[in-house]
Amino acid sequence: MGLEIWHGIEHVFVEQSLVAAFAVVGALILVSNLAAKRFTNGRVHGSAIAIVLGLVLAYVGGLYTGGKKGLADIPALAGIGLMGGAMLRDFAIVATAFEVDVIEARRAGLLGVLALALGTILPFIVGTLTAVAFGYHDAVSITTIGAGAITYIVGPVTGAAIGADSTVMALSIATGVTKAVMVMVGTPLVARLIGLDNPRSAMAYGGLMGTVSGVAGGLAATDPKLVPYGALTATFHTGIGCLVGPSILFLTVRALVG
Amino acid sequence: MIVLGVALLAACTLIGVYLGDLLGLALGVKANVGGVGIAMILLIAARLWLSRRGKLSKGVQFGVEFWAGMYIPIVVAMAAQQNVVAAVSGGPIVLIAATGSLVLCFGAVALLSRIGHRDPVAASVEHGGSIIGGETDPAASIHPVSPAGRKG
Repeated sequence: MGLEIWHGIEHVFVEQSLVAAFAVVGALILVSNLAAKRFTNGRVHGSAIAIVLGLVLAYVGGLYTGGKKGLADIPALAGIGLMGGAMLRDFAIVATAFEVDVIEARRAGLLGVLALALGTILPFIVGTLTAVAFGYHDAVSITTIGAGAITYIVGPVTGAAIGADSTVMALSIATGVTKAVMVMVGTPLVARLIGLDNPRSAMAYGGLMGTVSGVAGGLAATDPKLVPYGALTATFHTGIGCLVGPSILFLTVRALVG
Repeated sequence: MIVLGVALLAACTLIGVYLGDLLGLALGVKANVGGVGIAMILLIAARLWLSRRGKLSKGVQFGVEFWAGMYIPIVVAMAAQQNVVAAVSGGPIVLIAATGSLVLCFGAVALLSRIGHRDPVAASVEHGGSIIGGETDPAASIHPVSPAGRKG
């Protein structure tokens, strides 16, 4: 009897996947907000706790199913995949632009461009140096791993364009994913230290961190008012990375390592 | 009408992503170049255009702001479907490359945010934050634009 009830509930969750996701995520946020108030006295944002909780659940889900999509690989929670997928994520990011103060955004425009350039070059240098330190000598592998440090989309796009092998591609993607997760968790911790409390610095941050999911999560956990400014620059980051990765950056690396 | 706000948002997103695809194609990149960013700029332009003509109704505003308020829940759902297992079990090369670039970029944010003068955060920015944070009643909100609304 108990098993039948359980199966019935599971059936509803599978059939109403997106609706179920709304309820589950809502419950997660409710619990996080209570925890933020009770245990941290409001010092930590409820959304920061919810995002970290989401990542922990993604880890548990990944171990449990062996899949790549965290909780969304569990059939009853497949709606999480739709709700947090690229389509609705981008839709909600665009909606936040409705709150943008145009004067603020325009004033920080040049800073955003500078941040975008640095945000592509700095991670690439770190990534390539790490690859060299770990014994990679060919320009293709070095560039692919370096590109992965830009974002987890730039890595495989670059690797595919210059013909990297699949182990290096996997390494490159893992680097980008790790960076995104670290940005989500790390941003609220260092926000005050790096002066991330106004639209200007948020635009610099978006361009430097790049990874849309990392920036989206990091700013949501830090301060919702900064979201549209960071997102505005971050959404250009991956495209620029995919543009320069297989071209300028690859040619530079090839010229250096021969 | 609320649906007009949602449709406006959808149209801006679709046009932006399409233009991003075109830009990628023109540059010979296998990726969308700034599609979402273009969509954001279109939506900002649409808001300015509508409010200047006095056609920014509460319904339209609510239709867009509802989705802005859904931003954090959607991001939480996004976090819950990351490949965290791969991130955690990536090994030293992954960890060093990711941590190194993160630390360097955080440092660069600190440097860049110190360039130029620091202004007090405008009231309109704070107001936007409360909507994206999903806190205030979006239908009742108005965008304050007067400089008197700025606080220190």
